[in-house]
Amino acid sequence: MRKVMTGHKAVAEAMRQIEPDVVAVYPITPQSEIAEYYAEYVHNGIVKTELIPVESEHSAMSACVGASAAGARVITATASQGLALMVEVLYVAAGLRLPIVMALANRSLSAPINIHCDHSDAYLARDSGAIQIFAESAQEAYDYMIMAQKLAENAKVRLPVIVNLDGFTLTHSSQVVETLPDEAVKDFVGEYDPPYPLLDVDRPVTWGVFAMPDYYFELKRAQQAGMEAAPEAFLEIQKAYSELCGRPYKGFFEAYKLDDAERVIVVMGSTAGTAKAVVDELRDKGERVGLLKVWLWRPFPRAEIAEALAGAKAVAVMDRAISFGNLGALYLDVVSGFAGRPGPTFVNYIYGLGGRDVPMEHIAEVFEGLKEAETGELRYLGLRE
Amino acid sequence: MRRRGCTLAVELKSWKELPVGGVIPGGATPELNKTGSWRAKRPVWNAEKCVHCLQCWLHCPDNSFFLKEQKITGIDYDHCKGCGVCAAICPVGAIEMVPERGGGR
Repeated sequence: MRKVMTGHKAVAEAMRQIEPDVVAVYPITPQSEIAEYYAEYVHNGIVKTELIPVESEHSAMSACVGASAAGARVITATASQGLALMVEVLYVAAGLRLPIVMALANRSLSAPINIHCDHSDAYLARDSGAIQIFAESAQEAYDYMIMAQKLAENAKVRLPVIVNLDGFTLTHSSQVVETLPDEAVKDFVGEYDPPYPLLDVDRPVTWGVFAMPDYYFELKRAQQAGMEAAPEAFLEIQKAYSELCGRPYKGFFEAYKLDDAERVIVVMGSTAGTAKAVVDELRDKGERVGLLKVWLWRPFPRAEIAEALAGAKAVAVMDRAISFGNLGALYLDVVSGFAGRPGPTFVNYIYGLGGRDVPMEHIAEVFEGLKEAETGELRYLGLRE
Repeated sequence: MRRRGCTLAVELKSWKELPVGGVIPGGATPELNKTGSWRAKRPVWNAEKCVHCLQCWLHCPDNSFFLKEQKITGIDYDHCKGCGVCAAICPVGAIEMVPERGGGR
């Protein structure tokens, strides 16, 4: 069914259709409406979910960990400082291999305090062990929330999954979203079958073990295996979901007019939409430009992205967060795919911090800037010098 | 690979053999983990003085008091870490903390 809805509503709709056993959530701008919509569903009896209105995000993730270990299907949502408060426990969730799904309404981190979009929060959780997916639109946020559930619970993966959607740009703006029938979503995600439910008193298990130097390393290596299994599972889930919804989800990234492109932008999130419009304009003028929009950021598909970029002359990797003291994290990810072999020229652009607008002219400026570029350059887009 | 340490002497498993998330099927494992060697002082229980009020048994964080038919029968030195809570809580001074090295058995 096609409806006009905000990104919030799209995420809440996906959650309503998945109908997890537990939602533990604490409101924070620009995520709050996700929690509000879901609270409404619960209190109007539309879903049977146990909603835990916790007193902080640290508690939210703690409640999610407890519920997930107990054997429940669990979803949460947060943003910015909320994620910062959650991160301690997010590492626990990943280490315990708990398939918790989270919508992250991307927002900057303090200081200075700011409520608007950038990807600092997602970057903060980069090494947490959570899988991270970026949505370009409310539609993608809806679709990936549903796919994330399957990915998180995949027996070989079993990791938390974060679905990133740009704060305000996606959460608060209304877009056309095509939703699936409730039964189709329920069938797609299926019943959750936890391998070691804590509440199964006939099969007792110890959760949250202490590991000395003789086992910690092995457990962390085993955790990495979950990440290693994620790409294959991601593609399978995309395939099944695409057949269900009719929208083409194929691959770890979307290649937009990339095949013969000489100058390419690599970006995550809603800016990809603006970049597509600029690519179209420049293509009309005969310029060979293209876009690579990253969907799956962690685990990072560096070999596949390198293959897709191998034919380009110059690539601008756009990071919507500063990795203080170094080039942007996405930039380093992309360049790592070319380690030890020749590739295009790579420039890093930091852009859109704290909700700084990214108009088409700025994207056009990036493509123009790629005509004269050196690998390793760090540029700031839309910044007053 | 085999390790003999202060706690367990067991075959160490490869990362591929570990249950997902490091859970331990079968439940509680503290009994296998002998923490008695952590002790700097040991509680010595005086059966003569003991009135079997069970305060030591109740407060012991390591469940290290042996109990039989509501009476204290001794201390589990394999697990007692020597925290001294029992000696502090005992109302009749029936538990004395003595250094591990330099006598006091």
